[in-house]
Amino acid sequence: MTAITSSLRDITFEQQLAQRQRRGKILEIAALIAILLGIAMLLTLLVDVVIDGLPWLRPQLFTEFPSRFPEKSGLRSAIQGSIWLMVFTSIMVIPIGVGAGIYLEEFAPRNRLTEFIEINIANLAGVPSIIYGLLGLGLFVRGLGLGRSLIAGALTMTLLVLPIIIVTTREAIRAVPRSIRLAALALGASQWETARDHVLVYSMPAILTGVILAMSRAIGETAPLITIGALTYIAFDLRGPLDIFTVLPIQIFNWVSLPQKGFHDLAAAGIIVLLVLLLSMNALAIWLRNRLFIRW
Amino acid sequence: MLRKTFAQELQQLKDAIVELGEIVQKMIMQSVTALRNRDIQSSKEILELDKEVNKRRYEIENQVLVLIATQQPMAYDLRLLASILEIAGELERMGDYAKGIAHINIRMGDTPLVKPLIDIPRMAEKSCDMLSRALQAFLHEDEQAAKAIPREDDEVDALYLQVYRELMTFLIQDPTTIERANWLLWAAHNLERVADRVTNICERTIYVVNGVLREIDSSDDEFRAL
Amino acid sequence: MNENSEYILETRNLNLYYGNFLAVADVNIKIRRHQITAIIGPSGCGKSTLLRAFNRMNELVPTARTEGEILFNNENIYDPSIDPVEVRRRIGMVFQKPNPFPKSIYENIAWGLRINGFRGSKSELDDLVEKALRDAALWDEVKDKLDQSGLSLSGGQQQRLCIARTIAVRPEVILMDEPASALDPIATLRIEELMQELKKNYTIIIVTHNMQQAARVSDYTAMMMLRNHEDRSGTVIEFDRTEVIFTNPRDKRTQDYVTGRFG
Repeated sequence: MTAITSSLRDITFEQQLAQRQRRGKILEIAALIAILLGIAMLLTLLVDVVIDGLPWLRPQLFTEFPSRFPEKSGLRSAIQGSIWLMVFTSIMVIPIGVGAGIYLEEFAPRNRLTEFIEINIANLAGVPSIIYGLLGLGLFVRGLGLGRSLIAGALTMTLLVLPIIIVTTREAIRAVPRSIRLAALALGASQWETARDHVLVYSMPAILTGVILAMSRAIGETAPLITIGALTYIAFDLRGPLDIFTVLPIQIFNWVSLPQKGFHDLAAAGIIVLLVLLLSMNALAIWLRNRLFIRW
Repeated sequence: MLRKTFAQELQQLKDAIVELGEIVQKMIMQSVTALRNRDIQSSKEILELDKEVNKRRYEIENQVLVLIATQQPMAYDLRLLASILEIAGELERMGDYAKGIAHINIRMGDTPLVKPLIDIPRMAEKSCDMLSRALQAFLHEDEQAAKAIPREDDEVDALYLQVYRELMTFLIQDPTTIERANWLLWAAHNLERVADRVTNICERTIYVVNGVLREIDSSDDEFRAL
Repeated sequence: MNENSEYILETRNLNLYYGNFLAVADVNIKIRRHQITAIIGPSGCGKSTLLRAFNRMNELVPTARTEGEILFNNENIYDPSIDPVEVRRRIGMVFQKPNPFPKSIYENIAWGLRINGFRGSKSELDDLVEKALRDAALWDEVKDKLDQSGLSLSGGQQQRLCIARTIAVRPEVILMDEPASALDPIATLRIEELMQELKKNYTIIIVTHNMQQAARVSDYTAMMMLRNHEDRSGTVIEFDRTEVIFTNPRDKRTQDYVTGRFG
């Protein structure tokens, strides 16, 4: 005992506190520069877009169809297309995605097959969106003969966001403590009753958040829709799911590719609309998360 | 071993019991010697020793209660602490018997003994020997010894019977000796009770070791010897 | 089925596995009706595993496997014809950490009644909720805030809410897995006091790390320990009246454990 205590007393510490503090400070400044760079780029983009597009943010932008003349052009058909695309995609993807997530998390037996499916879903979430476009083209547009219709687009978008929804659903479900499941099961509830009345209810805010974020990704997607042939000049109201359609990012892309300066500014206005839409969806997701999440 | 400190405290209590027992033995032997030698001063010392015994007994009792309250003893520990409490009480009572003999000597004053003391010192020796060995058995948790010692109570009872008969003959021959004979009978009776209480100590020792709390069948009843 | 026999539960040659690991080996004990039985022993000796075997909660661990029988009113609950869901209604469970549902206090109790097929009127349901809360000694503290979240209560109150939720579905046995280990001493004593009330109507089996708690509350105590250090399987080494376990245990290992000289 005495030997140990005395040897402990002999150790001297070289604190070098000043040097350690300095090193920390340098890293802190480096990190700050990194974030400032990001913000600066975003601000430049926003300012540029706002300067060009602001004068064009007028009622006609929302009420007019596209036209050969910038002054007469609007986003009417693109907004309709985007909204309906989202609606149809949601109708299809939410039940399938949430259902799959619940099954995998709550009911699936833990075996090789389940593991295989799980890995593949994770991989699917990382597949480039153009691949989904090609799949949609082959399967829905040609295979099922749906043509370049809104429904073919919605189905393609469903494929695109399905893995995201499944993954976020599973994460949301996993956040519900196991003790809650045990509590329900110990009362004599079946697994289905436990999932329905507890797990799903408590994870719903997080699932909704995930769905909104997935949808905000869908609304900004261009590549797969161009692939299935949605690049269209549409000057009439959408008549049904089998109608041809266009969406906001495609319309913007279309305008940007035209030579006239007016269309370029119009595209900037379109970008503002798209950004506002995206930001408000994200804001809604954040609000949901802060308001409805259960603090265990 | 976990709870080293607690184990040490238990050991200290056991040692305290043995020490208390040694004082009590000294009191018993001294009380009888003082009576035989009619040494009043020596008897007065015993009254002081009794105060010491009482003090120590309360100290032990207090320590046991503190340990029960703070250590939540279980099983063996609990049995040991309960037994220490009981044995401390028994020793204190034995001290009281010695004090009783001292009082007899003091009250007799100048009155001579009715007869020279022979069997009463033997009773004291035997009882103290039993007590000493009972305390050793307790200290070392020797179940065999604790079961054997109470059987020797019969010897003390036999000596008591002898003293009783002898004093009866004195009474019959000369009724004027009644008070003096009675004093000696009283002293003998106290010694007989000491041996009985040794049996109780042995009972507790057995309880500490194997958890069985049962009365040992010895002549706890002083009249059985008659 | 004899509902009035002295023993409500009995294990026969019970072996509990996780995969190939024999966690609890060869347990043969009989649990007395309307008594509190404590399961004590060092960490990792399989106390909770044994407890969870009594209402088939073990099966929720995918690799868990059970050999032998547990007779509940003389019927083997591991019989293939028995649905674990029914077993769990009749043998309820209270957990270590209070786990009320993040619903209202009222709903916490009403839900169990509903899923178990309660089809009465709203006022009948109100009465049952009140009864359960009263029996769990919680009514007076929550009667004015039944619509507040169960999570808004204090830890001790939450645990009593969990007990109320459990007794609302009228089980015969309540399994308690260290029900007071997350609570302060006063809340702990309240739960212990409540257990003495509950034992009039229910049989309680409690796992506890706290030996004094086992000594205070239980009538019978099962001492669990690893059989040896090679296979690391836990088993019941001594099962007796609590007073015997804590004053004069037969097994040297029990003695060492209850006196704190273990290890």
